[in-house]
Amino acid sequence: MSKSNIKYSSSKDFIDESRNELVLTEFEVLNAEATDFPGNHHGYDDTWSFEKFKKKLKIKIVRIDNMEMEFDLIGVDPAIPNAFRRILLSDIPTMAFDKVFMFNNTSIIQDEVLAHRLGLIPLKADPRMFEFRAADDDVGTKEDTLEFELKVKCTWNPERNLKEHINPEHMYRDFRVLTSNLKWIPMGNQNSSHTSESVGPVDDKILIAKMRPGHELDIKLHAVKGTGRDHAKFSPVATAFYRLLPQVKLLKEVEGEAAQRLQQCFSPGVIDLIESDHGKKVAKVNDARYDICSRNVFRHEDLKEDTVKLTRARDHFIFYIESTGALTPEVLFTEAAKILSQKCRLFLDELKSGL
Amino acid sequence: MDNRRLSVAREDVQDDRMKTFIFKGEGHTLGNALRTIILKNSNVIFCGYTIPHPSENKLHLRIETKNIPAVDALREGLEQLQNLSDHILKTFEGAVNEYKQNQMEV
Repeated sequence: MSKSNIKYSSSKDFIDESRNELVLTEFEVLNAEATDFPGNHHGYDDTWSFEKFKKKLKIKIVRIDNMEMEFDLIGVDPAIPNAFRRILLSDIPTMAFDKVFMFNNTSIIQDEVLAHRLGLIPLKADPRMFEFRAADDDVGTKEDTLEFELKVKCTWNPERNLKEHINPEHMYRDFRVLTSNLKWIPMGNQNSSHTSESVGPVDDKILIAKMRPGHELDIKLHAVKGTGRDHAKFSPVATAFYRLLPQVKLLKEVEGEAAQRLQQCFSPGVIDLIESDHGKKVAKVNDARYDICSRNVFRHEDLKEDTVKLTRARDHFIFYIESTGALTPEVLFTEAAKILSQKCRLFLDELKSGL
Repeated sequence: MDNRRLSVAREDVQDDRMKTFIFKGEGHTLGNALRTIILKNSNVIFCGYTIPHPSENKLHLRIETKNIPAVDALREGLEQLQNLSDHILKTFEGAVNEYKQNQMEV
């Protein structure tokens, strides 16, 4: 079956391991597929029970700031974090520029390329305060649209001197078009519920275009609500991903030069060298959490047999969310959970009214 | 009738215990999560899902059971998944509040 040389004291140990740990061997990863379904393992109760799940589930927040968070999701099937990840990427709506009305563009960047660049600018506007706009609507209302204006004209600096002719900062005025040039035009009474600070671009210094004297932009933009499923610009996350918790076990004592080599095989901080009683350095596992699981140990003939065991916990997910700035990462995850719940409710309602 | 998103595939053999459900506008997100949780039902013999064609926004979920109607297994699965995600939401919010309180104290 497996080509690994791992020894088990009983078949129960073997089954337990296949249910709890992913084993990294030299050439293969064992136990990659889930087998914990009723009827698969004699003596185990794998039927779904909400009470059992409640007991097993643990969530530990590791860090949160405005843009990023890291947390541990423990005691769930891989399908669940994956559903959340997919929802984060493509089902949570945000606002983004979707209609660009180009009145004048004499810069060297083409209309369609410029429109695409504008679309990708992340906006701070809270999508939960807006409605989706109908596909055939070109005008928009105050409930579903944010209107912006981009009017920039590049000119010569009247006080320029030719000694500095290679320095554009000195020679031109307004030659860099930045997101700070975008001006919000409130529709109706949008002023009362929003400010240009709360709906504008996430960053003021995103470069949109570069111009030279005589070049001009005169553009009106409509930001609308959309989801990443329609276009990646609507995705509320830069990335959202998870990985399984790495575990490193030392099966025997490694000392001296071998211990140093062992330490080199892992990410910094994973293996510590401890001074032993007889003055030799002995390897000890410190913290495997941030190991990249390179499997470099298996390149050393003396370390690869019966020395270390590399595994990953099957149900311990380290989840990372990096927001684009519209919503904070912890709000994004709560939105994802609500969307999954809504999906279920929608189909349950349809079942109730009969198929 | 047209805005309904759930239907049952037509089959030659009529058997309540074996059904293929068609979810309009859903994909791997719901499909895999639902499949996993339905498989945890000991009355279910088989459950699998497929997206028959990438350009059709459809999900086919097949359920075969021992002795209960396949619809019941589907309903149970949906309820369990809903409870699960509500509970994760609650636990997550609790963990975030706790984390923020600790940060305040530091």
